[in-house]
Amino acid sequence: MRYSGLKVITEGLFGNKGWKPAWRDPAPKPEYDVVIIGGGGHGLSTAYYLAKNHGITNVAVLEKGYLGSGNIGRNTTIVRANYYMPGNSEFYSHSLKLWEGLESELNYNVMHSQRGQLILAHSDGQRDTLARRGNAMINQGDDAELWTRDQVRDFAPYLDFEQTRFPIYGGLMHHRGGTARHDAVAWGYARGADRRGVDLIQNCEVTGIDVVDGKVTGVQTSRGAIRAKKVAIIVAGRSSQVAAMAGMRLPIESHILQAYVTEGLKPVIDSVISFGMGHFYISQSDKGGLVFGGDLDFYASYAARGNLPMFEHVMEAGMTLMPMIGRAKILRTWGGIMDMTPDGSPIIDKTGVEGLYLDAGWNYGGFKAVPASGWCMAHLMATDQPHEVAKRFRLDRFRSGHVMDEEGTGSQHNLH
Amino acid sequence: MRITCPLCGPRDRREFYYYGSDDYLNRVTVEDGIDALDNFLFLRDNPAGVTRDLWYHETGCAQWLRVTRNTVTHEVLGAELVADIKKGAAK
Amino acid sequence: MRIEGKGQIDRNAPLTFKFDGRSYGGFKGDTLASALLANGVKLVGRSFKYHRPRGVLTAGSEEPSALVEIIGAANQTPNVRATVQEVFEGLTARSQNRWPSLRFDALAINDLAAPFLSAGFYYKTFMWPRAFWEGLYEPLIRRAAGLGSLSGKHDEGNYEKAFAFCDLLVVGAGPAGLMAALTAGRAGADVILADEDHRIGGRLLSDDGKIDGLTGPEWVAQVVAELKSLPNVRIMTRTTVTGAYDGGTFAALERVGLHKSGRADLPRECFWRIVAGRTVLAAGAIERPIAFPMNDRPGIMMAGAVRSYLNRYGVVPGRKVTVFANNDSARATARALMAAGVQVAAIIDSRPEASAVEDCPVYLGGQITDTKGRTGLAAISGTHVGGAFQIETDLLAMSGGWNPTLHLTCHMNGRPRWNPEIAAFVPSEGAVPGLRAAGAANGAFSTHACLAEGQRAAIDALAELGRVVAADTLPAAEDAPYRMTPLWQVEGKGRAWLDFGNDVTTKDVKQSAQEGYKSVEHMKRYTTQGMAPDQGKNSNVGALAVLADATGRGIPETGTTTYRPPFVPTSVAAIGAGGRGAGFAPQRFLTSDQASRDRLAPMVEAGLWYRPSYFPKPGEQTWRESCDREVMMVREAVGVADVSTLGKIDIQGRDAARFLDFVYTNTFSTLPVGRVRYGLMLREDGYVFDDGTTARLGENHYLMTTTTAAAGLVMRHLDFVHQAYCADWDLRFISVTESWAQFAIAGPKARDLLNSMLDAPLGDFPFMACGPVQIGGVTARLFRISFSGETGYEIAVPTRYGEALFRDLLARAETMGGGPYGMEALNVLRIEKGFITHAEIHGRVTAFDIGMEKMVSAKKDCIGKAAAARPGLMGAEREQLVGLRPFGDERITSGAHLFVPGLDLTRENSEGYITSVGWSPLFGKDLALGFLKDGRARIGQSIRVIDRLRKIDVLCEVCDPVFLDKEGEKLRA
Repeated sequence: MRYSGLKVITEGLFGNKGWKPAWRDPAPKPEYDVVIIGGGGHGLSTAYYLAKNHGITNVAVLEKGYLGSGNIGRNTTIVRANYYMPGNSEFYSHSLKLWEGLESELNYNVMHSQRGQLILAHSDGQRDTLARRGNAMINQGDDAELWTRDQVRDFAPYLDFEQTRFPIYGGLMHHRGGTARHDAVAWGYARGADRRGVDLIQNCEVTGIDVVDGKVTGVQTSRGAIRAKKVAIIVAGRSSQVAAMAGMRLPIESHILQAYVTEGLKPVIDSVISFGMGHFYISQSDKGGLVFGGDLDFYASYAARGNLPMFEHVMEAGMTLMPMIGRAKILRTWGGIMDMTPDGSPIIDKTGVEGLYLDAGWNYGGFKAVPASGWCMAHLMATDQPHEVAKRFRLDRFRSGHVMDEEGTGSQHNLH
Repeated sequence: MRITCPLCGPRDRREFYYYGSDDYLNRVTVEDGIDALDNFLFLRDNPAGVTRDLWYHETGCAQWLRVTRNTVTHEVLGAELVADIKKGAAK
Repeated sequence: MRIEGKGQIDRNAPLTFKFDGRSYGGFKGDTLASALLANGVKLVGRSFKYHRPRGVLTAGSEEPSALVEIIGAANQTPNVRATVQEVFEGLTARSQNRWPSLRFDALAINDLAAPFLSAGFYYKTFMWPRAFWEGLYEPLIRRAAGLGSLSGKHDEGNYEKAFAFCDLLVVGAGPAGLMAALTAGRAGADVILADEDHRIGGRLLSDDGKIDGLTGPEWVAQVVAELKSLPNVRIMTRTTVTGAYDGGTFAALERVGLHKSGRADLPRECFWRIVAGRTVLAAGAIERPIAFPMNDRPGIMMAGAVRSYLNRYGVVPGRKVTVFANNDSARATARALMAAGVQVAAIIDSRPEASAVEDCPVYLGGQITDTKGRTGLAAISGTHVGGAFQIETDLLAMSGGWNPTLHLTCHMNGRPRWNPEIAAFVPSEGAVPGLRAAGAANGAFSTHACLAEGQRAAIDALAELGRVVAADTLPAAEDAPYRMTPLWQVEGKGRAWLDFGNDVTTKDVKQSAQEGYKSVEHMKRYTTQGMAPDQGKNSNVGALAVLADATGRGIPETGTTTYRPPFVPTSVAAIGAGGRGAGFAPQRFLTSDQASRDRLAPMVEAGLWYRPSYFPKPGEQTWRESCDREVMMVREAVGVADVSTLGKIDIQGRDAARFLDFVYTNTFSTLPVGRVRYGLMLREDGYVFDDGTTARLGENHYLMTTTTAAAGLVMRHLDFVHQAYCADWDLRFISVTESWAQFAIAGPKARDLLNSMLDAPLGDFPFMACGPVQIGGVTARLFRISFSGETGYEIAVPTRYGEALFRDLLARAETMGGGPYGMEALNVLRIEKGFITHAEIHGRVTAFDIGMEKMVSAKKDCIGKAAAARPGLMGAEREQLVGLRPFGDERITSGAHLFVPGLDLTRENSEGYITSVGWSPLFGKDLALGFLKDGRARIGQSIRVIDRLRKIDVLCEVCDPVFLDKEGEKLRA
């Protein structure tokens, strides 16, 4: 069923009775060419591009809960391509280009909105660091503008330019940055993959990975054994547990990242604004809620809920930066489980087990990576060669020292 | 979350700095080789359940603690001074 | 209308307030909702999506519809529940989400288009043409969405935060909570009793019925009096416990000044962090609506709320009332109304077998299938066992049963349990460690059961805390059974609302299931049910019942979505109290701060410190003029700078030397007493961590300095290395950063300046020497070190002498053609000399990169050495520290990238970047430090400096990073 404005009207005239399921609800088959563990954004986009780009459609996505129940269902929806390090730069650039065509690609409105992202600078040194990054973005072919304090003030006059603890020196504007409707991304890829023949199997928990003579042969699940020629682990937030089923120890520590949303308000913040000194960023959703993110709760956790100190810190940051939001009320807080790696960059690679592939370690940058992650993971699985823009996301880069430490904070997992 | 510091008693999480898994206690030298380094600095069991990790009572007694706790429930099961664990062990 | 003789408002305290520009009267004790209803105002808002007229549904914080803006003198507050906001003299409120007016709202046209705005419609359209999304569709959607508005002005309100500790926290002060508090209070436990209402008592204030022969309010008054007499009990009214967190910690929001006008001395709100040994959740229950067709009109209210308005406020918001329910509890509303002389047109009870004893028509097996009335209910129609009915009525009191208020028990991921007896979810035991639910919050609805459970919960909680308490005799109270037969939805032509806040109807939920969004989470996310300001408090159970029905599953199997904090929406300003302006982070001031400000030096942030940027002289127009002068002053005479921000760590013990050898890459055990050495520190992952000088003050006594930025990090690191890797070593260290004020004295006349001040002239004091000196009878520490390349000293005195010494140094320096210099000049001086800062050692840099790999001693182990040996951390592929200088006098910028002339400006061709730039008055051009691939091998080559953000394209010479005095002759002079 193709979606369109006309379709919405004709269905509306007939009581909306004609809408068909967005995807089938198949029972697992005994064998697939490819089994993808994890029905989140990355798993679903990998399935989609395996089918679309490589014609591999005998694919099952196994999801222990409901589709999109991981971090794609609980993030702050920022989409951007503003990385400095080679390796990250070209990857996120590629992802943003995919985002820019995603609605028509999927025939699903994911509400990708290029509202712009402004990162504030609070010292000369920070401004220069942002300039270095902005130049890298332009060199990559993406967009960036270095704004003066006055430009920032014209754009966001509600920021506190007089009393704030860390005065605003300027900022880096990335016009093509923005937001998208997170659930819709999962659903759009799910629907697209399903239409190309991929089996999306919900409520199917993988309990074991079958390895014979160093080669993967299938998986054990709560709905029985499933044989597979190739298996992908795409379960950010649970990567360590699933990899352990194949005897692997990963360079990952799990941490909670909180997000917050206010009650609906009439439009007041137009773009994404990032305040590095306060580990704070904010945007306003189409429904009118202010959506905030902060920093990690900082201790290893799988609790998927946040703590009070970080909650308070983020709100304090909001009050020093833009005290006009003081009377907005926080409606809901939640926490996602982040795969934190020792350099803050992800992993898309083969593993030591033949036929077993890993897409993990997205730290807190996974949402915007969904299109390119699936694109590159599908390429890797179909060709056994890393995709050009993801070739540095190697699993062994920590051993070799070829790390991509965007923040320069070192190998401590939670500092990225 | 509240952690009971062996020296200071029960204190709020905000008094502590978190470092990471107690793998950091098994420091390696060049001679130990790359696998040992990998296990020391990068690779983690990262359990969903009981774990032991290192916390610094930064705004308290400046002692490093090894805390036993559950990463799913956040239950804190105990805390010991790293220095007590390591005293004598270093020889 | 008001009913004489009813209510707990103060009729002797009349108040006036405004709503949408009109003045109305109310009384002290009224909420905005009760006062509006008393004045006959039923239409108070417009719905989120269809902009349908909406009135007051409830009498509590769960209110989904009656959300208004409160307009204060300085600012406005959006989305305030009229059911919670107390009326005060001069209160001004405004309806929201309507234009041009509440009665005539242009976007009500959405309601006509409702068939096309069904669940998820926006995912299927607005995709073409692509550019129209950001340009047209989205702006329209954004403008239509949202509820109230922020003013855009800074919130200048006063907010507070506080911590509290107790043995027992009791959440909710109805019968269960009061009994729990009383039991624990009498036993001597430290008790906090928190209730979100402005009055203690919970439903005892709203319901008829006697306790020990007293009315509810009378009994409550007696209990409150006793609790107030107990010094170990703290009663917190207007305080909503908003979240359950780890370790017995709860968040709570107290409305301190929101019910008073013009009290600037009071905070608006206080955000509490309460740490409780044990907790009793006695938060009561929330009545649930019934999804019957067209059930959203103003005048359709919850039956319990109608009872509250009657008994607490003496208000009946209608003249001819009907009751629609599936349970016995709503009968109390009909009886109370009739007793107050209000006409009850009919009771419609969906249960065919229910009783019909009331003195009004009772329609059994009844269902409402339609309602009428554009901006207020006028009539209802439906069916019952005897046929059809049609009734003119302006107030409908509905009840679909009660849901325990168990939200806090879900905040730590606990899943509630379905109790089919009451067709509701009840808290799972142990869902929040140390918390037990009691009374209606636990699914026990009679007053007797509430009292008994409250008492039991307190006794059990105290037993866990080691206090044995005997149960007192319980007060006598009603113990009527709760009889209810589920009725989740009524079929009919019109839309039946589940979620009034987000305009989600039963059709939306069914369509969601039809389209495959069958999991309860998918349904929620696809329809937005439960995502409105009430977070599904009114609609969740009903919606999942409809979903269960549509998917052929049972309710327990369908499961629930998760309630997350906060229980009520909580203002950013309250949670972020203290963060306004400078409050966000500590401010650290130098001892010389005032002296620098006296000289009009602009102060800049350096971490948490404030440091002088430059010291303008009369006639200097720009910072550059001052900076250039200060640089030349240091080069030609003498300059003084406060360098106290550098971290200082005093290290002592027999193993101090060994320890330094371990944490630094280079060796300190060989450093003679009275000497200083530059040290390089790595992180354990092999990258450069920090650098600084360390002085050996005695055989077993060192003083380490760190960079300003890393002072705290280094201290923490040293503590770790000591306790984790060499706990047995004889070693003590402490940060003395704030104990000493330290000043750099640099320039050819530095020694002269020093000698003019010291009690005895300086003897032989070579480069990198250190030792005690006397100045004005005070023992100071002198170090011969330099960050400028000139002859340099740093003198440190106990902090209390810092300001005096600084002023004295400046006065004397000025007689020698010298003076103070600031951060700008300091930066230029160090760039000329090729000294690095954290601009260079930015965390991705190795000792190899900065040309210091030889400083990593081969003779010993040190922190970071193993990881630094990885192949990726050295080699020609890496970018290495170089100096850069334009061939001409063009300006270059930090943040620019480096390209080989002739190559395209692509990511692949970027071979490095600039980290620091300063205009050197000495060389008459910009000098820069930066990193360039294989840079050391390329000294003498040309490179293009490209800053595309700032339109810079300058050809530069790659050179050694040390521009000045490579051999260090000036340093040793």
